[in-house]
Amino acid sequence: MEKQDTNIAGICSPAIGEAGKTGDWSDLKPVIDHTKCIPSSKNKAACFLCWLYCPDGVVSMSIPVRINLDYCKGCGICAEECPPNAIRMVRKVECDDE
Amino acid sequence: MSDVRIITGNEAASLAVKLVKPHVIAAYPITPQTSLSEKLSTYVESGELRAEYVRVEGEHSALTVCISASTVGARVFTATSANGLLYMHEQIHWAAGSRLPIVMCCVNRGVGAPWSIFNDQQDSFSQRDAGWIQMYCRNNQEIIDTIIQAYRIAESVYIPVMVCYDGFVLSHTMMPVEIPEESTVREYLPPYKPHTEISPEHPRTVNPVFFPWRRENAEGVLCDGYMEMRYKLQAALLDSAPVIERASDEFARLFGRDHGGMIWEYLTEDADILLTGMGSIAAETTVAVDALRKEGIKAGAVGIRVFRPFPISEVRNAFARAKMIVVFEKCVSYGFTGGMSTDLKSALYGSEVKAPVHNYISGIGGRDVKARELSEAVASSIEMMERGDRDNKTFWLNCHTG
Repeated sequence: MEKQDTNIAGICSPAIGEAGKTGDWSDLKPVIDHTKCIPSSKNKAACFLCWLYCPDGVVSMSIPVRINLDYCKGCGICAEECPPNAIRMVRKVECDDE
Repeated sequence: MSDVRIITGNEAASLAVKLVKPHVIAAYPITPQTSLSEKLSTYVESGELRAEYVRVEGEHSALTVCISASTVGARVFTATSANGLLYMHEQIHWAAGSRLPIVMCCVNRGVGAPWSIFNDQQDSFSQRDAGWIQMYCRNNQEIIDTIIQAYRIAESVYIPVMVCYDGFVLSHTMMPVEIPEESTVREYLPPYKPHTEISPEHPRTVNPVFFPWRRENAEGVLCDGYMEMRYKLQAALLDSAPVIERASDEFARLFGRDHGGMIWEYLTEDADILLTGMGSIAAETTVAVDALRKEGIKAGAVGIRVFRPFPISEVRNAFARAKMIVVFEKCVSYGFTGGMSTDLKSALYGSEVKAPVHNYISGIGGRDVKARELSEAVASSIEMMERGDRDNKTFWLNCHTG
């Protein structure tokens, strides 16, 4: 018999993309200028404020910094928090045109 | 020895909360609840109650704090009134849907507009369909005892409980109250065992987007969809009635006070005319019953103690012999009739009970309701019935419009 979840409320074991690839919900997409980004340009594990503040946890603490656009909702918090303004939010339509 | 003190309803509620020892209290002061939240903050500040008192900027946040704390395994408490309760409405649904055993006092007050600080029950009635258990208290003793019972019920069935009592009529009125022994409360109320286990060893996503369909989780386990979750809440609410009865019986055994389970009855054995209501107005109907009995009218009272889940089988039994049912209530389902009578008539539909239900909307916005007015209303309803008018009727008691 199929194993059935016994939770009485909306509680799930965490899984990637519980609600599907939600990145396509967004209008805006973050684009990183790696020449300005501190870890990317200095090749040092430093700053990572974009990783710290991302509410969706889609920024990886890597060099160069990467953002998983499959799940990024385009909120722009990373761009707002980035000290050297290395991240800019661009319209996806505009992006597709580029 | 239990301690008897002459205290207000709000102080009775605060003492009950002190006895059940919640870990987290979050409340925003709103008349007529204010002295309850003030008293609790005093207990916490003085060290009499070892709880986290979270000072929030509004009622939406008050319940949100309780939801979060309850999710991670804390016993919690909050209280509100009227527009504050309406302000938390979104979170009221969230708490029930998350199946969190939160206990909240609603000190009943009329909702604006126009602005009122006085009592009626429109506020809690307006939250009727959110999935909470709703209990109504008749007096200050019942407030302290019902709050203790509410934790036991909530933590047995994982449904939040709203303990409602009339603003000013009870919240600010002093009467003798027996304060339960702390050791007996410990015996009656086991520690809260959360169903929401949240820890780094067992990470969980709480209430993400649920889809209309069922789906497999990462481990291949079939999980409910949104509809199944809501069905489970409805089924648990309907099944909670025996738990409420048992909590009441066990309370009576340990503490020696029985306030009734789902309903209570007064002089109903031989009664033809049954008066009913919720909260302090139901207590007032017993005085009216005494007056009617003196006039030779076989009257009795049936109080609705638990409004949700609605005591369907209990009211069918209690009203089985009634020739007339007279509902006094302090709320309205606007565009229809009084809120409680609507539900009562619905519960009686299809049963053997064919008695007409007369409905008196009373005490709205704190208008005084005297037992004499209740007995006069019953007498006029009897006259109507004797004239052969057997329709269900709704009247506004003591309402003077041009």
